[in-house]
Amino acid sequence: MTLKNIVINNLRRRKARAIFVLVGLLIGVSTVVGLISLVQEMKKDINHKLEMYGANILIVPKTENLSLTYGGMSLGGFSFDMEEIRQDEVAKIKTIKNSANVAAVGPMVLGPITVGGHRILLAGVDFTAAQILRPWWSVKGKFPAGENGVIIGSDASRISGLKPGDKVTVRGRPLPVTGVLEATGSQDDGLIFAPLPVAQGILGKQGRISMVEVAALCSGCPIPEMVKQISAVLPSGNVMAIQQVVKGRMETIGHFQKFSYGVSALVLLVGCLMVLVTMMGSVRERTIEIGIFRAMGFRKSHVLRIILLEAALVAAVAGIAGYFAGLGATRLLLPLFTQGQGHGAVSLDPIMAATAFLASIMLGIAASLYPALMAARLDPNEALRAL
Amino acid sequence: MSYINAKNLFKEYGTGAATVTAVGGVNLCVNAGEFVAVMGESGSGKSTLLSMLGGLNAPTSGSFLVDGVDVYALTSDGRADFRKKSIGFVFQNFHLLPYLTLAENVMLPLAIVKMGKKQKLAAAIDALARVGLSDKAHRLPNQISGGEQERVAIARAVVNHPPIILADEPTGNLDTHTGSEIMKLLTALNHEGITVIMVTHSNEYAHYARRLIRLSDGRVVDEGTNLRSPQSRRVKSDRTRKRGKKHGKRAGTK
Repeated sequence: MTLKNIVINNLRRRKARAIFVLVGLLIGVSTVVGLISLVQEMKKDINHKLEMYGANILIVPKTENLSLTYGGMSLGGFSFDMEEIRQDEVAKIKTIKNSANVAAVGPMVLGPITVGGHRILLAGVDFTAAQILRPWWSVKGKFPAGENGVIIGSDASRISGLKPGDKVTVRGRPLPVTGVLEATGSQDDGLIFAPLPVAQGILGKQGRISMVEVAALCSGCPIPEMVKQISAVLPSGNVMAIQQVVKGRMETIGHFQKFSYGVSALVLLVGCLMVLVTMMGSVRERTIEIGIFRAMGFRKSHVLRIILLEAALVAAVAGIAGYFAGLGATRLLLPLFTQGQGHGAVSLDPIMAATAFLASIMLGIAASLYPALMAARLDPNEALRAL
Repeated sequence: MSYINAKNLFKEYGTGAATVTAVGGVNLCVNAGEFVAVMGESGSGKSTLLSMLGGLNAPTSGSFLVDGVDVYALTSDGRADFRKKSIGFVFQNFHLLPYLTLAENVMLPLAIVKMGKKQKLAAAIDALARVGLSDKAHRLPNQISGGEQERVAIARAVVNHPPIILADEPTGNLDTHTGSEIMKLLTALNHEGITVIMVTHSNEYAHYARRLIRLSDGRVVDEGTNLRSPQSRRVKSDRTRKRGKKHGKRAGTK
């Protein structure tokens, strides 16, 4: 027989009260876990969508000219013959502090060519990076293997009449057409894409590139900070972030996160009040019992320990159950917050589980502290007079 | 000096005109191994006096010493330790915890004692054996009779071998036969050397005690040796036997 036995036996006997305390904390913990998990999963989902969206940092050579394009119409002021970035400098992007957040780097060389009497823009790309940067690409045929072959945008294919299996001769160099892009609704539809070294050779721009697209994961790294870091390693480039998309979405998540914290605090407060009221009732109900303990020689600290241990045990169970309930709620609710496109299953997070467990115990103890002190301070004679 | 020494104990409740004197200047000396019955009408101050003797209720004035230790000069924890080591309480309504088995109830005072699990259980079974209930150790209180519950309460009071037992109306809820069994049990414990102070309404049960103290309005109105107690009767019969032997010897000499 120890204080622990007294606590466990009492919990077994007063199941209704124990369940009431458990439910109070469980609702609090599961709400917090649910909301935090939801925010995390929404962030993951947005990151995933941003990855799907493609590049969110663009690096172009520095120029004094302004781009005079609007709505897809070029009005001059932008020349493909402008300054270029040296290809060997591109590798420096991988050396920035937040390099771990760089998903893909896509160097691109651009230049006009004439195919069948039509002036078409030739884009030299790294097809591996291009597929990450443009996940929406769908090719009839296949991507070129190695340095042999090109793929053609849908408009360029229509105008030039080229289709997979044809050969296109560019500046005397015959290249097989391995595939045709499905219409994307973007400028890509009017381009011919060749492997970067091939395009550089055709355009006479060996070792030079016209622009670099970077896909950055924005979780844990602010895009503006990455832009600064890339600018520092690429002084010849003008680094720009597609900020509106990132900022707007992250702000929405930020607002939701703040709202979640507010709701969590409120629910936890209500949960703690439930625990407080229940434990107060329990102490009042156990006045005689406490009187007997004190008469037997239990110190105030022993009584305090009995009440707090009881609260801690229930809170520990509530912490574990609350974590899994929160996780379950997130799994159910996530599709509603991500338009049914929740990115993967909500996974177990050991750190969050441990935090939920410990936080629940601490809250249970904190909420029971006053009733426990009340029990410890109970005058044993008063308790005996109640006998 | 007596083992238990209460000098001019006063206990007042309330203040000003609403002051009620529960115990008004009680002097009490009890030797180690005595069996004392405190009697009186309801409201005479018996239970208040008992709670003061148990270190549960600080007197308004007066001193209370046990084995030379001023109990109310101790800190709250010190008094708790005093109760743990020196006092075994037996309550009128038994007050066994319903969610614990009889053995667990008896082990309760040992919950705060550093002892092995097996030792505690052995002590509880031993205490239950003393009251004749070792075979029911694993039953719950609601599975035994009132008399048995009181015996369990007595086992709980003696499990940690206190030198003093304070019993508040231990027979109050029992029939005459069961009450007598309880009194025999308390008498047996007293014979083992435990000092017993018992509060009772009943003249019949009070006569098991060696000394009777009668309270009225918080004051001792009568105090004396109980010549009808089993102890006194035993002493008396011993004396008679000795006298008889002496007379026999004298007669034989003549």
